[in-house]
This record gives sequence, structure tokens and C-alpha cells, in this order.
Amino acid sequence: MKTKAFPYPAVKYDDAALEKLARRLRCDTLCMIHQASSGHPGGSLSSVEILSTLYYQYLRHDPANPERTDRDRFVLSKGHACPILYAILAEQGYFPEEELCHLRRVGGLLQGHPSLHIPGIDASTGSLGQGLSLANGVALAAKLDGSDLHTWCLLGDGELQEGQVWEAAMTSAHYKLDNVTAIVDRNGLQIDGKTEKVMALEPLAEKWLSFGFHVIECDGHSFSDLRRAYDEALATKGKPSCIIANTHKGHGVSFMTDQAGWHGKSPSVEQLQAAVTEICGDKKIESSCMKTVLGEVKGGGR
Amino acid sequence: MALNSTVKEMRLLSLTDAANRENWQACKVTYGAALLKLATERPEVVALDADLANSTQSSRIRDAKDESISRRFFDVGISEQDLVGTGAGLALAGKIPYVNSFGVFLSGRAWGQIRVSVCYPNLPVRFGGSYGGITVGPDGPTHFAISDIAILRSLPNMTLVSATDGAQVPKIIEATVDYPGPVYIRMGRVPLPVVTTAETPFETGRAYVYRKGGGELVLYTTGHSVYDTLEAAEILATEDGIDPWVVNVNTIKPLDVDTIATVAKQVKRGCVVEEHNIYGGLGGAVAEALAGSHPLPLGFIGIEDEFCESGEPMELLREYKLDAPGIVERVRGYLSK
Repeated sequence: MKTKAFPYPAVKYDDAALEKLARRLRCDTLCMIHQASSGHPGGSLSSVEILSTLYYQYLRHDPANPERTDRDRFVLSKGHACPILYAILAEQGYFPEEELCHLRRVGGLLQGHPSLHIPGIDASTGSLGQGLSLANGVALAAKLDGSDLHTWCLLGDGELQEGQVWEAAMTSAHYKLDNVTAIVDRNGLQIDGKTEKVMALEPLAEKWLSFGFHVIECDGHSFSDLRRAYDEALATKGKPSCIIANTHKGHGVSFMTDQAGWHGKSPSVEQLQAAVTEICGDKKIESSCMKTVLGEVKGGGR
Repeated sequence: MALNSTVKEMRLLSLTDAANRENWQACKVTYGAALLKLATERPEVVALDADLANSTQSSRIRDAKDESISRRFFDVGISEQDLVGTGAGLALAGKIPYVNSFGVFLSGRAWGQIRVSVCYPNLPVRFGGSYGGITVGPDGPTHFAISDIAILRSLPNMTLVSATDGAQVPKIIEATVDYPGPVYIRMGRVPLPVVTTAETPFETGRAYVYRKGGGELVLYTTGHSVYDTLEAAEILATEDGIDPWVVNVNTIKPLDVDTIATVAKQVKRGCVVEEHNIYGGLGGAVAEALAGSHPLPLGFIGIEDEFCESGEPMELLREYKLDAPGIVERVRGYLSK
């Protein structure tokens, strides 16, 4: 039986389109977090290229049919980065963009961390370390069913200090889950400071290698390098892949870049305006979330 | 839910038959067989274990001759957190996973995973929680599950069923396979007296009157304590003229408040008997249910907030006064206050 085509990935999202989208998604993310008065900008901004490359160019999915069983799956193990994921899902039509303005609010759809009841969200996460096990479970089910769906899981680097990640890594390799790709957002920072100072992770590539993964390192802010890594992961058979995506926390906003202090802090009005100005540069970037939040800011609404 | 009108319709074994060691059964034996039967009938059923497949008897799936069944078994090694997460992932992809380990490890080592990966998204993961209580025996306090009810029933969406005896396990498996959301089945380890028969009713969410009594006392109980409580009730009736009611709270969550309250209204006092810490277990659940609308003075008969010690299962029930004579002694103590 021929499977029905998925609207994503779509060829129209070339690098120029993605580059523009990434600016908009960064702005949406910061507007949401400002509006919510809380949230995690640093780790959201470090994941923008990783997730936009995945959601527009790789993941087979269908916003009109979020429950399609033959869709690829994505588990955001670093659940606190959900603002960027919500921004993508809204842009792709999983739920009204209006919801972005109610992030973390009573009565709103979008919880502070991903919840399965949100259209487009494939797993509830947020307590760190749990995502790769979930991805493995989906992948095992896919193998049982003879499905070719691929399961992607994005982990934070600090998150790798959770023991369950390595339990899960053993399971991925033991069951030869070549339909699982773990992506590590290697931004080098966690709440208390540099990962290497808080609890050293290096040699990280060697760790994943010794756990039985095919390991690929890439520039996590380069669409072309991410594509090289994703292609290599999909082409690897007989073992799971781990992509170590080297990134910068807070990437795209100079005063947030590589600052652990921006892990979980909401930007002020002035900071939001400065960040949006910097992200947009001379480009005209628009979204309904930006319109609402920045409109309120200008009008002194908040 | 209405009270079962007669005890006869419970179709229980006589206490004489129940006491006959030839009739005793271990939950894990009937569990393994029931799981295999279910996996044979339902292709979406899968089983997972964390290196205890022989003890939990999930090995029945692993060792099935039919490869279409044995391929649905996954051992994740000694890693309970990954065990629960992997099970949750299988549920996300449409499977009905049976996740097996000792109760103390499932509830204690993977509580955070049960909470966020399973209960929050309300996934149909079934937990085979073997080795409940202290009748685990010689392995001792590190392996006793005496806080599992307390910490599991505090999780939203969780359904918590307590197997009365080995004979009831297949009934529970059948009744809960399609029950919405996560289900934890608490079972004992060793062969113990069997009270129920194939005709004894089991419905998820119901408590049953296993003994009708007079106006003095009700004994609420669950799991393997049902047998000892029924024995204790007979002794109290014969020697003390008290004639207690015995209610088997077969499902601890959702709690059958109607049955619990209806019986409470008929008596002056109650006791809760369980192989669990007196804090937070069935005792707490019954007290919470009654306090608001049908307050009843309650005594709590369980593990007195201690870790206990190694020993043979029957020795331990005697030592911690959870066998029939021990329950009688503690009920008398409570009533004399």
C-alpha cells in the first residue's frame, strides 16, 4: 500500500526560507517568554536551527493529522526548550498562533513544559533524562510493526548528567535501534554554569561511541552542516546515531549568547525590543505573536 | 455502585479450603500464565522487564515458543527508570505494555518516570508490581514494598488494583487490559492462601463485602491480608461475639467510596488491615473517604512505620502481627481503648 504523502518535509523550505523563518521563530520565542514572564530563552535559542531543519526539512509529519501513526516522532527531552518547539508547531498550523501569547497561563493550551495533549507534541517531558527511553519505546514498536518511521530525540548537554540517559543509550544500542537519532544540544552551559565545571561531560563523543552509537559532530547553527549530520544519521544502519550539535546558548542575541544567566529568565521590555531589533536586522519579520506582544509593549499595555 | 447484596454471590472458598496448603498459589505463577494468554489473544500486548523476568514470570512471554509472541518481550537490564520510560514509549506508539519488576523498585526507583512519562500523559501502561508487602521474606527490608500504595495512589490518573490472591490475578488482567490510563497491579511473592474462585466477581474500581456482620465493627482490607482478616473475623465472632464485617478493597484507586461508606454507616467502629505502612496506604485512603461525610473511628493495622527485618514470610506475618491471631490481638487492643 502506498502511503499518503506528508506535507512536511517540503522542498519550498530551502535555506533562504529557513534562515528567514529562524529569525521569526527566535522573535516568537522571546515574545512568548516575555509575555509569560518566565521560561527558558537560552536553551530555546540554541536549538532554533536544529529544530527548524528537522521540522521543515526532515521530519515526516502532518499538522492536519497530528495522530497519523506512520509519522516520524520527535521527543523534546530537554523539555524546557519548548517555546521554540511551540513556535514551530504554531507556524505549521498545529494550533492557533494566538496560543503562543498564553504560554504558561491558566486556561492556556501551552504548558511550561511539553504535554502530550498539545497537538503536535509527541511526548510529555520536562523532568530531565526521560526522553531517550520514550524514543526507544516508540522505535521498538515501529520495528515490531515493520514501520519505517524514524524517532528523533533532542537532549540538552547538562541533561546528560541524568543516569537514565545512559540506561537508555544502552537500550538503543542493545536493540540496534537505527531508527533512533539522539541529538545533543551542546551549548556548554547549564543553570549553575559551564557543564565542564559543574559536572564534566567530556570526552563526550567518546562516551556515546563507547555506548554503541554512531557519533556525528556538527555545527548546530548551520543548516547545511545539520543536514549533513541528519543525512548521515538516517543512512546509518544497524546502530543508533548520536549527533553532537555544537551550539551557543542564547544564539542570535548578543547579550544572551553564552550566558548561563539566560537559562531561565524572561527578558524585560527593553531587552525584548533590543533582542528583536538585533535578530531582525534589516529584514522585515512579522508574526501574529510578535504583533500582539510588541504591540502591547509599544502601547504600554503591560 | 451498590453493595453486593449477599456474601454468597462472592463465591468464595471456605476458610477451611483456603487454609489447605494444596490450594495455595503464588501470584507470579498465575500472572505469567495470564500474560501469555493475553499476549496470544492481543497482538498489541508487549512485556518488559529489568532482569527479573524469572521472578516476575514475564519470562513466559520471553520463552514463548511462538516467535510472534517472544519478539514482544524486551529486557532492558537492571535499569528501572529506562524500563518505565521504554514502556511509555511503546504505549505512545499504540502498544499495551506490561512493565514488570518488584514493587519496591517500580514504585521507588522509577516513581518520577511513572509520574511524568506515564501518568501525566495518561498512557495505558500496565505495571506488574510483584513482591508487594513484607511477605517478600528473606531478602529483607531493602526489598519490601510497604510504601508503594502511598506513593502510587498520590499520582493523578493512576489506577491501583490489589490482587487478593493468585487465583484472582487472571481476572484482574482480563478486566484491566482495556481500562483507560495507567494501571498498577500489586501482587504478593510467595504461595499464599487462596480465597477467591473463578466465579468471584472482580470489577475495576469496586470494593466487595466478603463478610456481613453486626453493628459493631468493619474490617477494611486488601490483597493477601484479606484471607487473614477473614480468619480474624471468625475468631472475633466466635470468641468475642463481635461479628465484624469484612470489606475487600480490591481496587485502592479509584476508591469505591459508596461501598466503604455504606458499610461504615452500619457500624460503630472500623479497622483497616494491610501489608503496608500504616501511613498513606489503604488506611489513609479509607480515612480520607470517610472523614468528610461518614466519619467513623478507625484503627490502623499494618506495618508500624518501620523497615522490618528478614525472615520467612509466615514468620514475618506473625512477628508483625498481620496473621489472623495478630490481627485479632490488635483489633482487641483497639476496641479496648
